[in-house]
Amino acid sequence: MAYSLKKEVQKPERLAGGHRLCAGCGAGIAVRGVLRALEPEDKAVITNATSCLEVSTFIYPHTAYYDSYIHTAFANGAATMSGVEAAYKVLKKKGKIDDNFKFIAFGGDGGTYDIGIQSLSGAMERGHDMVYVCYDNEAYMNTGIQRSSSTPKFADATTSPAGDEIPGKIQNKKNLTAIVAAHNVPYAAQTTFLGDFRDLHNKAHKAIYTKGACFLNVLAPCPRGWRYETEDLAEICRLAVETCVWPLYEIEEGVWRLTYEPKKKLPVEEFLAKQGRFKHMFAKGSEWMIEETQEYVDRQWEELLSKCK
Amino acid sequence: MMKRRAQDINEKITWQEVTTGAEIFEPATSLLVNTGEWRVMVPVFKADKCRHCMLCVPFCPDSSIPVEGNKRLDFDFDHCKGCGICVKVCPFDAIDFVKEEK
Amino acid sequence: MAKRDRMSGNEAVATAMRQINPDVMGAFPITPSTEIPQYYSQYIADGLVDTEFVAVESEHSAMSVCMGAAAAGARAVTATSSAGLAYMWELLYVAASSRLPITMAVVNRALTGPININNDHSDSMGARDSGWIQIYAETNQEVYDNYIQAMPISEAIRLPIMICQDGFVTSHGVSNIELLEDDEVKEFVGEYKPENYLLKHENPLAVGPYGTSPYYMEVKRAQAQAMKDSMPIILDVAEKFEKLSGRKYGFFEEYMMDDAEVALVVIGSSAGTGKEAVDRLRAEGKKVGLIKLRVFRPFPRVPLADAMCKVKAVAIMDKAESFSNSGGPLFNEARSSLYDLPGRPYAINYIYGLGGRDITVDDYYEIFNDLFIIHETDDPGDVYRYVGVRDSRYEEGGFDHRKY
Repeated sequence: MAYSLKKEVQKPERLAGGHRLCAGCGAGIAVRGVLRALEPEDKAVITNATSCLEVSTFIYPHTAYYDSYIHTAFANGAATMSGVEAAYKVLKKKGKIDDNFKFIAFGGDGGTYDIGIQSLSGAMERGHDMVYVCYDNEAYMNTGIQRSSSTPKFADATTSPAGDEIPGKIQNKKNLTAIVAAHNVPYAAQTTFLGDFRDLHNKAHKAIYTKGACFLNVLAPCPRGWRYETEDLAEICRLAVETCVWPLYEIEEGVWRLTYEPKKKLPVEEFLAKQGRFKHMFAKGSEWMIEETQEYVDRQWEELLSKCK
Repeated sequence: MMKRRAQDINEKITWQEVTTGAEIFEPATSLLVNTGEWRVMVPVFKADKCRHCMLCVPFCPDSSIPVEGNKRLDFDFDHCKGCGICVKVCPFDAIDFVKEEK
Repeated sequence: MAKRDRMSGNEAVATAMRQINPDVMGAFPITPSTEIPQYYSQYIADGLVDTEFVAVESEHSAMSVCMGAAAAGARAVTATSSAGLAYMWELLYVAASSRLPITMAVVNRALTGPININNDHSDSMGARDSGWIQIYAETNQEVYDNYIQAMPISEAIRLPIMICQDGFVTSHGVSNIELLEDDEVKEFVGEYKPENYLLKHENPLAVGPYGTSPYYMEVKRAQAQAMKDSMPIILDVAEKFEKLSGRKYGFFEEYMMDDAEVALVVIGSSAGTGKEAVDRLRAEGKKVGLIKLRVFRPFPRVPLADAMCKVKAVAIMDKAESFSNSGGPLFNEARSSLYDLPGRPYAINYIYGLGGRDITVDDYYEIFNDLFIIHETDDPGDVYRYVGVRDSRYEEGGFDHRKY
């Protein structure tokens, strides 16, 4: 069925207001966007790795979820969900459960790229019928903007600060979507918040309704950590995509496909210049950082294009 | 006796009254929390300019743009934190963004 | 109708699990508990049970799977040892705090440092404050019997439970065992029916909140109460089990304690050797006794203190160091429980058996001898002692604990 935003927003809400995420936080948008792809007749169990999202959406006694929810710890979102899914399988088999449930785990980049990658890898390999969603805001925001393996090179984070000798983070961002794809999962995709949310919605729907372990990597800007005005979120996301810093693609049964190709690839400065975390890259004498970033993004983009052919 | 509803659970209840394992067994109890108090800036919905394209709705991190049928309604000011994302994504200039008078 | 068989402690656990047929098992191999998931996987492969086995990539994930499954409304089990238990550490606290009744077979093995695969209690003793019920066994029969009693205890009070046995000693040692019939076990253990669970039709459930300061302490207090309240449940389940099996269990077993002058308090398989030493000394006319502690969590503070008060000097045996400079974990709790009692005995700690070091009848002789000296001289000397360790200060005829 063709996507219609007007229809989608009429579905019952699955994430309630009153959670304590910061104003303008991308995590809330990611959760709403993914959960909106659930068919209303289906139930869901949601888990969070410890994260901003977790400490904001279930503060005793206030859960922001309409569905069942479990949080246990930081490194084990995927494993916790594996247990819930295993229970569902066996209880369904024993005739103790009638409802249809879907299983959706959310983790930040800390809980997914770093401390949780082992548990993620295990769950993806075992093929539980679940979706793991990384809301990627490119640093450990919950503890105060420390660098993660998802933080891009040169970003100024509190454990990779830009100083006179070291220009921010010195390593490139890990390519997690490719790592998950290497598990030969049935579906993995990268997306963010764009326009009518068609891209995110279609990917979330596929991930939820494809049997097996599926993965979504959602770029979810953090106004505080990236240092931009909250109201600019949509523009930041658009620039991430138009500069090919965050390309939109999916891998379905091993086949790589671009879901959006910019008509004219914008220079990376346009994305970087909007954010305080890259401010030092625009100082006199720092031009090489922008050049290097551009080269890196170009190379990654070419590589992706070659996989998508 | 254990309290069973989030609305009865507050910072005065005793240890005998907290739910076992700190579980909550009802949906969406965060609606009891008024995060609207956080706002510095406030979005102002201009119904006459709105074409109900719904582009603002999914961008709201706080689920504070209610939809009824084909129409978006005025904001849920109990929960809107005033981030202003909706203001910028509206193609029809149907949302103003002003300093909130308290 | 009981069935006689011969099997190892690991097979006894796997057999009990087969009879119970739990919903989910998440497990990762580690010596010496590996056989439990191995046996069990075979039962699944052979269609004897319909448990969902999640072959996780680590013990951290094993416990995570158990928590997810238990919260979802399933009966969840795992098995581990040593470093595996240590790797679960943070989650042990979470499982207990969320009041998820998970059953874990712990096959006790020394913690690494240096690596060692043999038995001591450093693994589960290290987890003693995690909020899990802990029950220990001397023999294969007790391992089996304790496992059958685990779920009725744990599910009634909503606390997770460790059923501990000594690595290699009982886990791999084959001995005679009496098994219950499958249907007897099923009826005894019953079904897991939580009031709320993630997959419930009528209402959702949210588990594992951020517990801010205004609530955290109340949640902990309630959890501490659950551990207290598990005491009568443990006895009640033991009584029902006795009716079914004829085998009697309590918080601890008293062996030749009625007229004893000195005694041992010991956990696990070492009690067997201890009883042998008691028998021989009794034959020599010495009034010695032994208390074998079965339930370490909840700690049976009052009844244990009363039992120890029957004697003049008691040796409290720890198969785990705590590097506290004040003795092992059992010593500290058992000794503290005596404090308010007027007729309290001398309480001496012996650290023994680390990393699989045997404790012999001769070692127990030495300990009982020490106790008699203390009783006679009214001088406890250093109460924090080792037995069975090579020591340069050891002199012909024994170690003088008053000297050091």
